[in-house]
Amino acid sequence: MTNMTLYSRGDRMFVILNMILIGMFAISALYPFIYMAALSFSSGFEARAGNVVLTPIGLTLSAYKRVLSEPLFWSSYGNTFIYTIGGTLASLAFIIPGAYALSKPQLYGRRFWNLMVAFTMWFHAGIIPFYLNMRDLGLLDSYFGIIIGFAVNGFNLILLRNFFEGIPRSFEEAARMDGANEFQVLWKVYVPLSKPAIATVALFCIVARWNGFFWAMVMLNDEGKIPLQVYLRHVIAELSDDDEFAVSLLRADYSLETVSAAIIVCSIIPVILIYPFLQKYFNKGILLGGVKE
Amino acid sequence: MAGAARTVVAGTAEKPPGRISRIAAHMRREWQIYVMLLPTVIWLLLFLYKPMYGLQIAFKDYSLFRGIEGSPWIGLEHFETLFQNDQFIRALKNTIIISFFTLVFGFPVPIILALMFNEIVNQRFKKTAQTIVYLPHFISTVIIAGIVITAFSPSSGIVNTILGFFGLEPIYFLTRPEWFRPIFIGAGIWQEAGFQSIVYLAAIAGISPTLYESAVVDGASRWQMMWKITLPSIIPTILIMLIIRIGNLLEVGFEMIILLYQPATYQTADVVNTFIYRQGILNGQYDLAAAAGLFNAVVAFVLVMSANAISRRYSRTSLW
Repeated sequence: MTNMTLYSRGDRMFVILNMILIGMFAISALYPFIYMAALSFSSGFEARAGNVVLTPIGLTLSAYKRVLSEPLFWSSYGNTFIYTIGGTLASLAFIIPGAYALSKPQLYGRRFWNLMVAFTMWFHAGIIPFYLNMRDLGLLDSYFGIIIGFAVNGFNLILLRNFFEGIPRSFEEAARMDGANEFQVLWKVYVPLSKPAIATVALFCIVARWNGFFWAMVMLNDEGKIPLQVYLRHVIAELSDDDEFAVSLLRADYSLETVSAAIIVCSIIPVILIYPFLQKYFNKGILLGGVKE
Repeated sequence: MAGAARTVVAGTAEKPPGRISRIAAHMRREWQIYVMLLPTVIWLLLFLYKPMYGLQIAFKDYSLFRGIEGSPWIGLEHFETLFQNDQFIRALKNTIIISFFTLVFGFPVPIILALMFNEIVNQRFKKTAQTIVYLPHFISTVIIAGIVITAFSPSSGIVNTILGFFGLEPIYFLTRPEWFRPIFIGAGIWQEAGFQSIVYLAAIAGISPTLYESAVVDGASRWQMMWKITLPSIIPTILIMLIIRIGNLLEVGFEMIILLYQPATYQTADVVNTFIYRQGILNGQYDLAAAAGLFNAVVAFVLVMSANAISRRYSRTSLW
C-alpha cells in the first residue's frame, strides 16, 4: 500500500491492533513447537504432572538419551532418508522427461495423454484396489514399492509441463542447429532454464516423502523398513492408549510425553533446515501450478 | 508455416502420403519424445489405472485365492449391505458434517489472515509472521497428532493445565465424542490457514495501486480501503478457492483421524475413509470396503466435475 505518512488516529489504532492480532496468531502457530521442545528437555515427572508450559522444568537430556539409544529410532530415521531421497529422485526421473514430452506440440495424441494424467487427479480407485494392486505386484513390504509406487503425481507433472510450455522455442533452436537430439535439448536447454520449477517439484516431493505415513504404515510389516513417521505413530499410539506403560515410567527421568516430544523434535529438525529453501520456492510453485490451461 | 507450405508442395508433386506412412515418418523423426513419455504412461497404467480395473471387486464376492477376475459377480450386494450398515451410514454422516464445518469455519480464516497481513506496514514484522504461520503446513500429520494428543492429555497436557488454573476439572478430551470434531477441525485450521492465505496474498498483490491512491485522496481510512477496495478485488479468487474446496469436500483428512480417534469417539469421528481402512485393510473385507471407496470416489468425481463446470461458467477460468 502507498503513502504511509498520512495516518489519521483511527488508522494508527487499526494498524496497531492488526499487528497485535497477527502477532497472536503467529505465536499460536509457533507455540506448540516451543511446548514440544520444552517437554523434550523436561524431566518425566514434571511433564506428567503437567507443569511444563514454556520452558523445560527439571532440565534433563534423559528423553533424548532414551530415544537415541533405541535402534528402531535410528533405523527408521535412516529409512526415512532412503525413502525421501530415493522417492524424490524417482519422481524427477519420471516427471521431467514426461512433462517435457507432454509439452511438445508435435506429440501425437497430446490431448489424450494430458487427459490421461488429469483424470488421475479427479478420480482415484481408492485405498483398497490400490493396496491389492501393490500386493499383486509383489511390492508390499519393500523399499522399492514405497519408492516407485508413489513416484508420479499429476499435479507436479502438470506444474512442470506448464513451465516447459512457457519457455520460448527460440531457446532450443540454437541447440537443434547444432544437431542436438531431444534428450540433449531437454538436458542442456530446458532443465537449466527450469531450475526454479524443478526445485519446486523436488521440494514438494521431499516434504511429501518426509511426512508420508499412511501408505508406509499400510504397506510395511517389517519393522526394519518402517520410516520415522510410522515409528513415531507407534510411540504416540502408546501415549494415547493410556496409562499402564506410562505409569511404569513414572519413576524414570523420562516419560512417554518427553520421549515422544524428543522424537517429534528430532523429526522436525530436518524440515526446519530446508524450510528457507521451501519458502523461496513454494510461492512460485503455487502460482505455477494453480489456475492454468 | 514453412512446414505447411512444404506439405502442400509435396502434395501436388505426388500422392498425399497415407495416414500409416505419415505416422511412420513422424515416429522415425520424433520417437525420442515417445520414449520420454513411455515411463510415465506405464507408471500411470500400472499404479493408477490397473487399480481402477480392480475396482470391479466392489461388485464381486472377492476372495484372495480366486483373485480379482476369478471371483464371482454378485451385482450390487455390497452396496445394499453398506446402506444397511449403521457404521457406514454413520461414517457417511460424519464425513458430511466434518467437511461442512471445516468449510464453514476453515474457509474464511485464510482470507481474513491475508487481509490482515496486507495491512501490516512493517515489512520485517510481516515477513517474520508469514514465515511462522506457513510452517505448520510442512509438518507431518503424525507430528501434529502427537502435539494434539500431548496438549490435550488429561493429566499432563497444557490445555488441562490451563483449565486447572481457572479451577476447572480436567477433561479427557480425546475420549469425548463431543470434543472430537472441534479439536480435529481446529487443528486443521491451525495447520493450514496460514499457508492457504498465500493464494489470497498473491491476488492482493495484483490490485492496482492507483485504486488506493485515489481513495487516499478522497480521505478514506485504511479500514474503509480494506473493505471497499481490497476485499472486493479478491472476490474472484475467493470464489475459485470456494469452488475448489467444494470440489474436494469429501477429502476429509482421514490420516489425521486415524491418528486421533479411538473406539470411544467413533460415533463422531469415523468417516468413510477410516471405515474403509478398518473394514478393508484391518479386517480384510476387501470387496465391501472397495464398494465404499467406489461410492466415495464417484461422489467426489461428480463434485469436482460440477465445481469445474461452475467455475468455467462464471469465472472463465477453469481449474484445468
